[in-house]
Amino acid sequence: MRRVAITGAGAISALGRNTTEFAESLRVGRGGIGQIESTGVASLRFQNGAEVKNYSHQPYFEDRRADFMDRFAQFAVIAAREAVQDAAVEWTPELRETSAIITGSCVGGQSTEDVGFVELYQKGHNRVHPLTIPKTMANAGASHISMEFGITGPAFTISTACSSSAHAIGQAFQMVAIGTSELAITGGSEAPFSLGILKAWEAMRVVSPETCRPFSKDRRGMILGEGAAMFVLEPLEAAQARGARIQAELVGFGMSADACHITQPSIDGAARAMRAALRSAKLAPEQIGYINAHGTATLANDLTETAAIRQVFGAHADRLAISSTKSMHGHALGAAAALECLATVIALRDGVLPPTANFSEPDPECDLDVIPNVARLQQVEYAMSNSFAFGGLNAVLILKVA
Amino acid sequence: MSEDLIQRVTKVIATSKRIPLETVTIDSEFVQLGIDSMDAVEILFALEGEFDISIPDEEVRSVRNVRDMCAGVERLVAAKSAEAPAGQ
Repeated sequence: MRRVAITGAGAISALGRNTTEFAESLRVGRGGIGQIESTGVASLRFQNGAEVKNYSHQPYFEDRRADFMDRFAQFAVIAAREAVQDAAVEWTPELRETSAIITGSCVGGQSTEDVGFVELYQKGHNRVHPLTIPKTMANAGASHISMEFGITGPAFTISTACSSSAHAIGQAFQMVAIGTSELAITGGSEAPFSLGILKAWEAMRVVSPETCRPFSKDRRGMILGEGAAMFVLEPLEAAQARGARIQAELVGFGMSADACHITQPSIDGAARAMRAALRSAKLAPEQIGYINAHGTATLANDLTETAAIRQVFGAHADRLAISSTKSMHGHALGAAAALECLATVIALRDGVLPPTANFSEPDPECDLDVIPNVARLQQVEYAMSNSFAFGGLNAVLILKVA
Repeated sequence: MSEDLIQRVTKVIATSKRIPLETVTIDSEFVQLGIDSMDAVEILFALEGEFDISIPDEEVRSVRNVRDMCAGVERLVAAKSAEAPAGQ
């Protein structure tokens, strides 16, 4: 098995148009949650989301190319461009053929699908736009990245709800580690702000009518987010040999299925995924210094995750620093784990642990050190990023400081 | 609380949870009926349809049994008919 380095990162989210803006927002604890603007919300019980404000394709894509891309696919390419540039990848025909692209997306081109359904069911038209299918498919992000860079190796998309991009990054990690690919572009993208999907979230009664307050006693649910984060993964030795900047090392990946309920989280399922990740990284629990929590701010997730962390880490749980950056970039579903992996990379790279924003009141059932509201200057060696999806499909990544 | 309202609420619960109607009474606790949070959300959805009301999240947070659920529905139905203009 080869060691795997993260040599490039890119992001677009409510926290800014690139990783520099993302890192700065986390450092100062500035959230991107506000009134939803990309669709009408008058008929909704909630009004707030974490959107990429004032987004237009124009600085990024020519009009004709953008015609073929839903917003979620555009985000995927924008983040991948930054990651590839950041890694200073030098493309050769061989590298293009052996590079992999593995993306995560939960809902794909929902906005495009919504527009089609409005045409059909609301406006009474008897046809929808011919690009509805290629814009809606969840693999469009991976496909457009492959065309952007001429990458002809393995490319696919993983859809496991809120764990999608953690499963994607983990799969890419394994492919680079075992030698299937010499380079991988991996991460996730999502753009779920269409009325149809917002109504579906409203019906579940898990979205906060105000803001996102993970682990806080007065938390009232999640806030939806959008965006993308992408990474370039390479074998560590090869990356060092070409003088690439190593931002962090990916050292562990664990997965589990709860096998109990389609929406309720499970303490044991979450704990099994964390233990599997520790085994994969060959680490003792005491070696982890920071956890980027799944931390959705629903009543159920935060107390389940707290109990799972206590089960896995025992007494060390009280020495761990934990935060949920969803309090700032929102819950971006299939892009969530990628944004959180990026927050974890930045924490290791810069020696600054991001805070849990909007924290107002300790909850005795979530009694961990959640870095309330203010980032912490602290260099840790190993960090974990948790993702626990609806459907009970869990994925946990472990990263090491470079 | 009207008998009619209790019957309609218990029927919605039984139909939604797919359990025999006779197992659901005004004294049933959700825990006894095996109603979890997702079941409860589905029942609220069905109640909104049955009574043509909108049930806000704040109304449901503390509801753990059929009696409280009936009382909540009754309150919302009354509020709705108070709002509706006469003759409609």
